[in-house]
Amino acid sequence: MTTRSSPLLSAARYLALALYLGFALFPLYWLLKIALTPDQLIYTEGTRMLPTLTTLENFRTVVFQTPFLSYFRNSLVVSLGTAAVTTLIAAGAGYAFSRFRFRGKKLIIGLMLVTQMFPLLMIIAPIYKMVAALGMLNSLTSLIIVYTAFNIPFATFLMQSFFDGIPRDLEEAAMMDGCTRFQALRKVVFPLTLPGLGATLGFVFTAAWSELLFALMLINSNETMTFPVGLLTFVSKFSVDWGQMMAAGVLALIPSCIFFIFIQRYLVQGLTSGAVKG
Amino acid sequence: MARMELRNVRKSYGSVEVLRDIDLDIDDGEFIVLVGPSGCGKSTLLRMIAGLEPISGGDFLIDGERMNDVRPRDRDIAMVFQSYALYPHMDVARNMGFSMEIRGAPAEERARRVAEAARTLGLDTLLQRLPKELSGGQRQRVAMGRAIIRDPRAFLFDEPLSNLDAALRVEMRLEIARLHQRLGTTMIYVTHDQVEALTLADRIVVLDGGDIQQVGSPLDLYERPANRFVARFIGSPTMNVVPATGAAGGVRLADGARIALPHLGDAGNAVELGIRPEHIDVVGAGAGDLEATAELVEHLGSDTNVYAQVDGLGPMMVRVHGNIAARAGDRLGLKIQARNAHVFAADGTALRRAERSA
Repeated sequence: MTTRSSPLLSAARYLALALYLGFALFPLYWLLKIALTPDQLIYTEGTRMLPTLTTLENFRTVVFQTPFLSYFRNSLVVSLGTAAVTTLIAAGAGYAFSRFRFRGKKLIIGLMLVTQMFPLLMIIAPIYKMVAALGMLNSLTSLIIVYTAFNIPFATFLMQSFFDGIPRDLEEAAMMDGCTRFQALRKVVFPLTLPGLGATLGFVFTAAWSELLFALMLINSNETMTFPVGLLTFVSKFSVDWGQMMAAGVLALIPSCIFFIFIQRYLVQGLTSGAVKG
Repeated sequence: MARMELRNVRKSYGSVEVLRDIDLDIDDGEFIVLVGPSGCGKSTLLRMIAGLEPISGGDFLIDGERMNDVRPRDRDIAMVFQSYALYPHMDVARNMGFSMEIRGAPAEERARRVAEAARTLGLDTLLQRLPKELSGGQRQRVAMGRAIIRDPRAFLFDEPLSNLDAALRVEMRLEIARLHQRLGTTMIYVTHDQVEALTLADRIVVLDGGDIQQVGSPLDLYERPANRFVARFIGSPTMNVVPATGAAGGVRLADGARIALPHLGDAGNAVELGIRPEHIDVVGAGAGDLEATAELVEHLGSDTNVYAQVDGLGPMMVRVHGNIAARAGDRLGLKIQARNAHVFAADGTALRRAERSA
């Protein structure tokens, strides 16, 4: 390659990116479009790119006349709870895997990989039986526990790779400077792990936020329904009320967006540093 | 101020022994350099002194106090890492003052000491910068500043200059030498660069294969290497070693030449002769101990390096002070300065010189 890249090539590059962006974002646009289209126009206007009339009626109905807010709150509790607990445990485990040699390390890593090998469908019945036996059906706690259990292996490996990217010298320098191992962890390693923590939090949060299968199995009561399960009620109750369902979907995107805006600074740093040093 | 003693110190990882029976006394204020090829255990030894690596056996004492199980933070030793290990999220001032911050020193005292150290190291204007905004040499200075600020009883350096370019390395080497002169604190310095070792050390410890090969002053190691390894490791260019047979009052080389070595009491069990490139003189063809053809001649100005092919012996390097007219392809006579020759037995140990009162 010469140093001067041809304008044709860079135009092609932008075109490819634009095509990809359009492809990725189109469903989101359609979601928003249908949410804003008045009910009576959804079928008559079919696949028109822009509706002739827009309305916020769907949003109003969803927020004030369905248990949507309760679903929303439940999902928030479950997702934040799962993200926090998982990240905490994964950070501890990842640090240990990264820094210490101990008996059984290989075995534990192997077991964690094995848990990732089974399709969820296979273990959904045993999980149901266990949760039922504990009398925890229809509770948000059971979801947090199950989600945490399923996310820990991946989150641990993610955190481990971030810790691996932080030179051991830094901790040792801190210990020479007078820190205990824990102080070194808190004052030197922790601030440098923020991108990793952000990435892990974000990953686990979205995974929990959109999880349907377990929520469907373990939750039946309207009070503890999470958002993805609640979304299904639009299908049964109103014989697929597309407008409201899409409006609910748009609202469901908000916390994810806020969360990612909040952590994206760390996420970008985190993903790139992971990529370079991985 | 610190006197250190290592008594039969050992290190093993599982069944792999990396250091064996290390015995070493380090005097207060001494500058000790640990050298050896990579994998010889020199860095491991330094880290054991620092407390970053557990000691598998033996005792390590500072000022008579056993340190084996004392945590790094309680040993009162500062260390400069090869990677500098500056805290990336702290500015220069906080990096340098971190040890005082951890120990709860008041902010004004901290600021005063940081400013003082920054001045001596020429970092005054950089105190608010982050490590990533500094050049390699500046980072190196900050790492040193972080070490000196706490006035520790000993300094450890783990190949501190190996990430710098050649010019900067010379400059920082002088800086470290000055630092030692000024502070007079015990320093232990690990390097694989023998020039650093020879220029900085009061005493050099040569390590190889987990054993101490020799401990001595730079000149000691240069003039009286204890064995073949030290002889070839210390000194640049490397010493020539050629097969030889011990004979009365000297050795006989493979090409038949006899070298008289009157300073050796008995060279009877010699198998090799060692001679440094600077201890061979170039004379006219037929006038020396050996006959050779020059293969390559390097004119360095101050010196001339001659890579010669010696008849019946193989390659040998010769360094002559000043300029000589030799050119590639010339026939040369080589005269060995017998009193500077070394002789090694089959196990590699150097045969002791009879005379020479140090």
